[in-house]
Amino acid sequence: MQKYSIFSLVKNALSNHKDWEVAWKDPEPKKEYDVVIVGGGGHGLATAYYLAKEHGITNVAILEKGWIGGGNVGRNTTILRSNYMFDSNSHFYEFGMKQWETLSQELNYNVMYSPRGIINLAHSDAQMNAYARRGNSMRLNGIDAVLLGRDELKKMIPFADFSDTCRFPIHGGLMQPRGGTARHDAVAWGYARQADSMGVDIIQNCEVTGFDVTDGKVSGVQTSRGSIKTKKVGLCVAGSTTLLADMLNMRLPIEAHVLQACVSEPVKPLLDHVVTFGAGHFYCSQSDKGEMVMGGDLDGYNSYAQRGNMPMIQHVLTGGLAVFPNFSRLKMLRTWGGIMDMSMDGSPIIDKTHIDGVYLNCGWCYGGFKATPCSGWVFAHTIAKNEVHELNADFNLERFHSGKIIDEKGVGPKPWIG
Amino acid sequence: MLEIRCPYCGKRSQNEFSYGGDGNIKRPTLGEEINTKDWDDFVYFRDNPRGKHTELWHHTSGCRQWFKASRDTATHEIFATCKMNEDFNE
Repeated sequence: MQKYSIFSLVKNALSNHKDWEVAWKDPEPKKEYDVVIVGGGGHGLATAYYLAKEHGITNVAILEKGWIGGGNVGRNTTILRSNYMFDSNSHFYEFGMKQWETLSQELNYNVMYSPRGIINLAHSDAQMNAYARRGNSMRLNGIDAVLLGRDELKKMIPFADFSDTCRFPIHGGLMQPRGGTARHDAVAWGYARQADSMGVDIIQNCEVTGFDVTDGKVSGVQTSRGSIKTKKVGLCVAGSTTLLADMLNMRLPIEAHVLQACVSEPVKPLLDHVVTFGAGHFYCSQSDKGEMVMGGDLDGYNSYAQRGNMPMIQHVLTGGLAVFPNFSRLKMLRTWGGIMDMSMDGSPIIDKTHIDGVYLNCGWCYGGFKATPCSGWVFAHTIAKNEVHELNADFNLERFHSGKIIDEKGVGPKPWIG
Repeated sequence: MLEIRCPYCGKRSQNEFSYGGDGNIKRPTLGEEINTKDWDDFVYFRDNPRGKHTELWHHTSGCRQWFKASRDTATHEIFATCKMNEDFNE
């Protein structure tokens, strides 16, 4: 594989960029693989990469029904953070934050990790108390957290509405300085390029249509490009999880919902951090191109359509304008939607299943992008060793029967309310 | 914008309604012995089809009645709505 560096850039510039190697190949599916990963998104690509790199399993296929990175890894708002309170989440996402810090070097691909800090705004004394508690529990878990007062915030985001008369005055906020953003497409492409170089077959336009299961054991998958034998299948298909689970007679605590995001026209540098509104669901950061990248709530009804409706965009931006009134003059550049695999406690499921050789990675709700490296890492471990790692031990399927649910937001099994 | 036909009020905009989730869930009968697995299934496990989905809606900013809708989760087309004690007339 060609190494990307300043020297390769200069060398290829001299030949008018005509001699770059392809970043990944377009192979025909083989008859048999050691592991088949269904879903060529961030998590699937990362899983294949860590299977090859950490466990030496390189006879791996990634089956993607569309094109790699065309689902949620290309549709999110690129936010990275590990500002959780519960131990299971803290340990898992903090492991991921550490991976993000060196991911560009590891993949030899600039994922543009930008630790610009994520600020959750607080709008009441009670909310400040809750944030102090969360910040303290984060620090006890070795995660950076800073409680910010109103005056400090005035210096950081002076254009926010700091008037005393607004409906939700800003009391302060909780900041995770290492939180930030990364270039989402680059994450998919970086993992794809490295996985491909180690022998993983990335097979696009290949939809899984069925599974071969005998005596509770998987022996292959049926696809739109023929049948493929394998003893291990990992499902990383986010919003389409139920469609595959139905083929396996698995009923899951998952609902598909559409989540929209939008970007404004590009403007000059204004917002240096990721900021979330604490009295509604609105979050925002400014992309390197200058666009305001904004997101918020689910549309609020089951959906497999990768597009949403205007009422929710209006609702989310109403919250946005409450905190950043000067955004009212921005023109909207585009809006889009992605299908979230909403789990019933808001936490992911990374586990073995009742079928030998079928592994499940789903339930990412709003937060799959930041988990890409750690999800891939633990899922690769789970598949390679046929046992869960301690980092994903709590993210099991059994918790919906044992009662050990991980309901960080405390909304209960009604994802559209959260 | 979805246009939803409330069985009591007629066609109104989506803004007036709240969603109530899978309409096929049956709450275990009160007073009857129930094992924990059935209870977990009732609380956490839902139909999640791509296509025709039976679901509940609440006319929150209208007559405040709950009702059933048959809607396509891929196209968002609403085939029919009916009162809670009725079946769809499709």
